[in-house]
Amino acid sequence: MVLKASELKVGDTHQQQVAENLSRTQIVQYAGASGDYMPLHTDEMYAREIAGYPGVFAHGMLSMGATGVMLTNWVGDGRLTKYSARFTRQVWPGDDLTAKATVTEIHEDDGQQVVELDIVTVNQDDQPVIAGKATARIDA
Amino acid sequence: MAEFKFPVDASQIMLFARSVGDNNPIYHDAEHAKGTEPGGIVAPPTFVQASSQYDPKFALRPVIGKPWFGSGKEATGLKPKAKKADDGAKKDSGDSSARMLHAEQQYVYHKPIRPGDDLTVTTKRGNSWEKEGRRGGTMAFSEVITEYRDSSGELVVTATSVGVTTGKAVTQD
Repeated sequence: MVLKASELKVGDTHQQQVAENLSRTQIVQYAGASGDYMPLHTDEMYAREIAGYPGVFAHGMLSMGATGVMLTNWVGDGRLTKYSARFTRQVWPGDDLTAKATVTEIHEDDGQQVVELDIVTVNQDDQPVIAGKATARIDA
Repeated sequence: MAEFKFPVDASQIMLFARSVGDNNPIYHDAEHAKGTEPGGIVAPPTFVQASSQYDPKFALRPVIGKPWFGSGKEATGLKPKAKKADDGAKKDSGDSSARMLHAEQQYVYHKPIRPGDDLTVTTKRGNSWEKEGRRGGTMAFSEVITEYRDSSGELVVTATSVGVTTGKAVTQD
């Protein structure tokens, strides 16, 4: 899919569910694939007894990666030029995540049409877990 | 400034995409990928995180033969620093690694990452600052800037990571 400046306007939104009943197993998968073996995310005993959390929670980068699924599905493969995220709330096993993008600006940069997006990913209670921005190349 | 090599292969891209729940075939199906705009398998947007596998000094990976701070028989494999040997093993509130969280991540993409890329990773410290937080007490932020360059020295991805060390476990509200 490729977005076209002629078919987009500021305020347009797009969303996709990117996690459903997030499993501890997926968190383990992310630990293994990313190499981030921080026990807080995969080790219930450590998370409770040493770190003082109610239990394990997902890597912020797992949520950012999942949010990226929505982005690349919408703007197209290889089209992102910038992507940033702040981690505003922890994501727990069992959470559902929905990633949303809102068009904030469409402009030309060096002859290339570009879209600026605000991103928010919310959990099943509509609480933001990620607040971010992205920039992507689009067609005219 | 630290530097290490990050060789990129197709299986690692496939495993990484799976782990973030991305079933886009461009991350695992070379035939499909030929027909896409990038013209081949590329890495998903946050893939460079996997470079930590190759970082010789990465602290969040167990080192063979050394105690690991995650649980084994006890909740942590590290020995307490207290003089009294046994009873202080748990609840070592001085373990600041447990208080280190990722606050923010930024990427700038210069060109796609592809299987076969032999990336060179350089990291340097950016800014650091402190803030009083509502959820976690005093919060100390610090930036790390990581550049990923291909074998011709061209920038592929620039990543900025903001970490925060909190005074206590972060509460939800």
